[in-house]
Amino acid sequence: MGKYLLRRLAMNVILIAVAASLAYMLAATTMNPRAAYQGRRPPVPETVIDATLDTYNLNDKTPLLQRYTTWAAGVATGDFGRTWNGGSVNDEMGRRIGVSLRLLFVGTLVGFALGVALGALSAVKQYRPSDRVIGVASFTIMAIPVFVLATLLAVATYSMNRALGFTLIEYTGEYNPRLTGWDQWLNRLNHLVLPTISLSLGAIAFYSRIQRNMMLDVLNQDFVRTAMAKGLPRRTALVKHALRTALIPSATYFAFAFGTLLTGATFTEKIFAWHGMGAWLIDSINQNDVNAVAAVSLFAAACVLAAAFLSDLLVAALDPRVRVS
Amino acid sequence: MRSRVVLRRLLRNRQARSGCLALILLVALAYLGPYAGPYDWTDKDFLAFLSPPSADHWWGTTSIGQDMYAVTLRGMQKSIVIGVLVALISTGLAAMVGAFAGYFGGWVDRLLMWGVDLLLVLPSFLIIAIISPRLRGASWLWFVVLLAAFTWMITSRVVRSMTLSLREREYVLAAAYMGIPRWKIIFRHIVPNLASLLIIDATLNVSAAIIGEAALSFFGFGIQPPDVSLGTLIAEGSRNATGYPWLFAFPAGLLVVLVLSVNLIGDGLRDALDPGSTS
Repeated sequence: MGKYLLRRLAMNVILIAVAASLAYMLAATTMNPRAAYQGRRPPVPETVIDATLDTYNLNDKTPLLQRYTTWAAGVATGDFGRTWNGGSVNDEMGRRIGVSLRLLFVGTLVGFALGVALGALSAVKQYRPSDRVIGVASFTIMAIPVFVLATLLAVATYSMNRALGFTLIEYTGEYNPRLTGWDQWLNRLNHLVLPTISLSLGAIAFYSRIQRNMMLDVLNQDFVRTAMAKGLPRRTALVKHALRTALIPSATYFAFAFGTLLTGATFTEKIFAWHGMGAWLIDSINQNDVNAVAAVSLFAAACVLAAAFLSDLLVAALDPRVRVS
Repeated sequence: MRSRVVLRRLLRNRQARSGCLALILLVALAYLGPYAGPYDWTDKDFLAFLSPPSADHWWGTTSIGQDMYAVTLRGMQKSIVIGVLVALISTGLAAMVGAFAGYFGGWVDRLLMWGVDLLLVLPSFLIIAIISPRLRGASWLWFVVLLAAFTWMITSRVVRSMTLSLREREYVLAAAYMGIPRWKIIFRHIVPNLASLLIIDATLNVSAAIIGEAALSFFGFGIQPPDVSLGTLIAEGSRNATGYPWLFAFPAGLLVVLVLSVNLIGDGLRDALDPGSTS
C-alpha cells in the first residue's frame, strides 16, 4: 500500500509540474506585461521599463527558456515570483485562498447536505408529488448557468432593497471595513448570503439527482429489507443502512467538487466582487500577469489531484468492500 | 429496426417529448424568426436607443440602436451551431482515443491515458481564456476546436474501459483471427457497439458546449465582436440588468430554455437507449 501511494504521489507531482510549465510557457509567450508600462503618461523611458521588467522576471526581451528556468528555480524553493506591478505572488495567493475558503466553506457544505437530503427524500417518496416537484426544480436549476442565476439574484436583491428603502441584504464585496467587532461579523454573514445561495443552488440540484438514483438502487436490496424485517423502525433502517451505502458516489463527487471549487467559483466571485482565487484567474489574464497565471494553474492542478486522492480515501472510509480488496 | 424502437420509446416519455417540441420550436425561431422581424441584425435605428419592447422593436433596442429581436436570434443561431459542432468533434475524439487506447493496450494505452490525465489537470478555462482573445481576427471555428479539445477526456476514459471488455467478445476475437486489421476492427465492431453511450454523450455535450461558450463569452474570452452569441448578449445585458431588463431577459431566457430542452432529450435518450441504466 505504501509503495502504491508513493508511486501515485510521484506521478501526481510530475503531472502538476508539466501542467504548470505548459501554462507558464503559454502565458509567457502570448501575454505582454510591457503594455501596462508603455501606455503611461508621461511616457516611461524604455531602459527603465526593461530594468523594472527584468527585476520581476517578466521582460519579453529575455529568451523564454532563461525566464522559464528562473521561474522554475523559484517555484522549486516555494517562491512564485512577482506580479506585474512588483507585488509578491505568494502573499497575494495566501490572501486570496483565505477569501475563497471563507466564501466556499458554507456554500459547499450547505449544497451537499441539502442536496443529499432532498435526493434521499425524493427516492423514498418516488412518484409522489414531492418527488416530482424536486425533480422538475432540479432539472430547471441545472439548466440555468451560474452567471445568469447570480445576476438574477443580484437584480432581485437590488430591487428589494430599493423597495424597502434600506439595505437588507448586501450584494457586493466581502465586508464593510468601517465596522468593527460584533457588527463586522454580522456584516460578513450578511455579505455571505447571496453568494452562498448562488453557489449552493446548483450543487443542491446536482446532488439531489445523484442521490435519488443511488438511493433507489439501494432501497430494493436485501440488506435494507433484512433490516426492516428484523424489526428496525423504517426511519432507522433507511438512514443507517440505506443512506450510508448510497452516500458513497455523492462523497466522491463532493471531494472533487471541493477541489475544483477553489478556482471554480469564478463567476460567483466576480459577480459579487469577492477577490478570491477564481476572480484572480480572470484578473491575472486581463492584467497580462504571467507569474500569477502560472501560479493559479499550478494551484488548480494541485487541487484537482489532491481532490482525486481525497475521494479515494473517502470511498475507502465509507465502503468496507473497497478496504478488503 | 432498433432505431424505430428507440424513437418510439423516446416519444412515449413525456419529458423527452416536451424537450423535442421545445427544441424544434427554438431552432425554427432561430432560423425562420429573423425573416418575420422588421429589422436585420446589422441594422441600427438611430432614433431609438435603449427603447423598451414596443410594436416596432418587439424586444426593445440596445444602446447603439440594434433591434434586440434580430440580434438575439442571430446570437442563438451561433450558439446552436457551436453546441452541435463542439459535441460532434469532442464525442468523435473521445470515441477514437478511448477505443484505440483500450483495444491496443500497452504503451499506446499508457501514452494516451497520460495525455488525458494531463488535459484533465490543466485548467481548461484558463488556457482557452488566454488563447481565444488572440484569435480575434481568425475564424470563430478555431474557438469551436478549442472548446472541443477540452471536453472529450472523461468520455474517452469511459469508452476505454468499455472497450477493454468488448475486446474479449467472441465476434471481436473472430474478426481478429480472420486477419482483419486492428484499426478496421475498431471502426467496424468496437465503436458501433458503443453507439448508445456516444449518442447520449453527444446530446449532453451540446448543452454543455452552449453553456461553456456563454461562460467564456461572459468575460469576453469567447466569441469576439462584431460576431454575437447568446453569451456575449448576456454579458452585455447583465451589466445594466436593473435599468434595462430586456437586454438581459431575452438572451438569458432563451439560453435556459435551449439548455433545458437539450437536457430533457438527453435524459430521455438515456432511458430509451439504455433501459437498465440508473444514472
